[in-house]
Amino acid sequence: MIEHLPILPIIVPMVGGLFMLLPPFSGVERYNNRRVFAFILAVSQLLIALWMLQTVTQGPAMMYAVGNWQPPFGIILFADPLSAMLVTLNSFLGLGIILYAFAGEDRAGRYFHPLIQFQILGINGAFLTNDLFNLFVFFEVLLIASYSLLIHAGQKQRIESAVHYVILNLIGSSIFLFALGTMYGALGTLNIADMALKISSLNESNRLLAHIGGAMLLVVFGLKSAMLPLQFWLPKTYAAAPAPVAALFAIMTKVGIYCIFRVYTVIYGEQAGELADVIVPYIWPIAIATITVGTIGALSNPSLRGMAGNLVIVSIGTLLLAFALRTPEATAAAFYYLIHSTLATAVLFLVADMIGLQRGKAVDRFVVTRKLRNQVFLGICFFITAMAVAGLPPFSGFLGKLVVLQAAVTNNEKALVYASLLISSLVTIVAFSRAGTTIFMRHSPTKDVSDSPGISRWQFVGTLFLLGAIPMLSLAGASILSLTEQAASQLHNVQNIIEIMGLARGEP
Amino acid sequence: MELVYVICVGVLTFSGIFLCLRGRTFPVVVGLTMLGYAVNMFLFSSGRLHLNGAAVLGKAEQYADPLPQALVLTAIVIGFAMIAFVVILSMRARADLGSDFVDGREPPDTSKMIDKKRGQA
Repeated sequence: MIEHLPILPIIVPMVGGLFMLLPPFSGVERYNNRRVFAFILAVSQLLIALWMLQTVTQGPAMMYAVGNWQPPFGIILFADPLSAMLVTLNSFLGLGIILYAFAGEDRAGRYFHPLIQFQILGINGAFLTNDLFNLFVFFEVLLIASYSLLIHAGQKQRIESAVHYVILNLIGSSIFLFALGTMYGALGTLNIADMALKISSLNESNRLLAHIGGAMLLVVFGLKSAMLPLQFWLPKTYAAAPAPVAALFAIMTKVGIYCIFRVYTVIYGEQAGELADVIVPYIWPIAIATITVGTIGALSNPSLRGMAGNLVIVSIGTLLLAFALRTPEATAAAFYYLIHSTLATAVLFLVADMIGLQRGKAVDRFVVTRKLRNQVFLGICFFITAMAVAGLPPFSGFLGKLVVLQAAVTNNEKALVYASLLISSLVTIVAFSRAGTTIFMRHSPTKDVSDSPGISRWQFVGTLFLLGAIPMLSLAGASILSLTEQAASQLHNVQNIIEIMGLARGEP
Repeated sequence: MELVYVICVGVLTFSGIFLCLRGRTFPVVVGLTMLGYAVNMFLFSSGRLHLNGAAVLGKAEQYADPLPQALVLTAIVIGFAMIAFVVILSMRARADLGSDFVDGREPPDTSKMIDKKRGQA
């Protein structure tokens, strides 16, 4: 059983999602069966993910050859601490947003729960696969689920942003395939470990092809993760999506970041000869520009959800900055920040949704309107999330930004990292103060709040479940940091990955 | 053969990108389809082009790389599904937004926005 562990996070949501289309669960009136089943699935995924995490942190990384086709020929799933950690994060987030959606979002359409399962399947698959073409397939799985979730219970602005999102991502998929063709033509393999083995011994013309392929892959991953010139779709799309879906989308940009770390550390890492770190010179300016644009966007956006979308862009810029440092310590810091920012932005989307529901027509825009009904609860949630996202102690954002700052070693790096991170944090605090004062302290006196909807207990449970992780991340900071350090050191140890695949015995 | 193949892929990519940059959804969908064809042909050629080469060992002296063919098959299926989705989505957008522009509304006519007497006084 234990050797089949890496495929379970893919099998369980796939089979579970398909089951939910069948009679005991299908149909408008059987939403209760779907809810129970979705909850059981989410809990079992979380348990499987934790089991896998424990297995790979205490033992060696696990390799799973699908159909028993051995590397370099078959499709390989590879569960190292990094993959297991991100699968756990995804399952945790999935459970939280499923609980939140029980409040009623899942009754707006019949296929909400199956689609969420397929989305989780695609994200888990992208984290676990070690084959670039298989990565493309899982990208398509998570994208088609996200297209449908985005227009779930359609609305005018959802359809409009979905058109942009779908067209952009279809063009992105075409570029992905062009890049894969180029790299396969140059290297003759699509297994990531095998590519890492072969990239240093290429001749002049094939090296150029591999360089072009790598650059094109960066465009694709940049589009997924919303790095600077490709970020325009994000704030509008995330603001239009239903709240639980927007919260789940918080991890989708991180899939792009994960792929950047995986591909450009393993394939184009230190051992790649002349192609070592080819993209790092581009990442520096892109990262700083991404932080700048995201921060300005957060300051200027007139609604809380739009602001949250721009803060996602800031977190992507921070992660790219940590990537550009290229040391295992910086990578470990980036993974800690990744876990924190995924959870914090997800909670921010949920809080923004609950605030919007209680403000009538003003929704979550920063205008003077009626008082919130659950002023105290929402205020505390908003305050904790804002402190975490801006990076104030004692919450996880402070620790996350601190470890990224500490990872900068040389004076040049320090100047760039310190300046961009600290200024963007300050501006984020300003933006949050403006948002908080308008929403919680300035309201028109005459309006009666008794007809505002209250908070459903499921919204309460889902939000507290995810919000509770933010103080836990800083309380258990030492053990989580040692986990991310283990993940980073195994990611940077490319020779070890090649040996686990059994490819080290020379050319096949 | 290589030259013809390269020109085909190039022209298809060019037309695809050109159409994707248009303002209405119909040309954009056609452009995405063309880009999909270009990508499939490109992927097919990544195992190098062979004449009279079977993809099975022992059937011919020269054999073609079977992996790109499998990749193309997968890419065709996925591309087909995606195009079907975008067609339905753009029909829905036409109904919901009341226009077939990608942005949901007609772009303002900039020539009318310029004052006719500009620069004369």
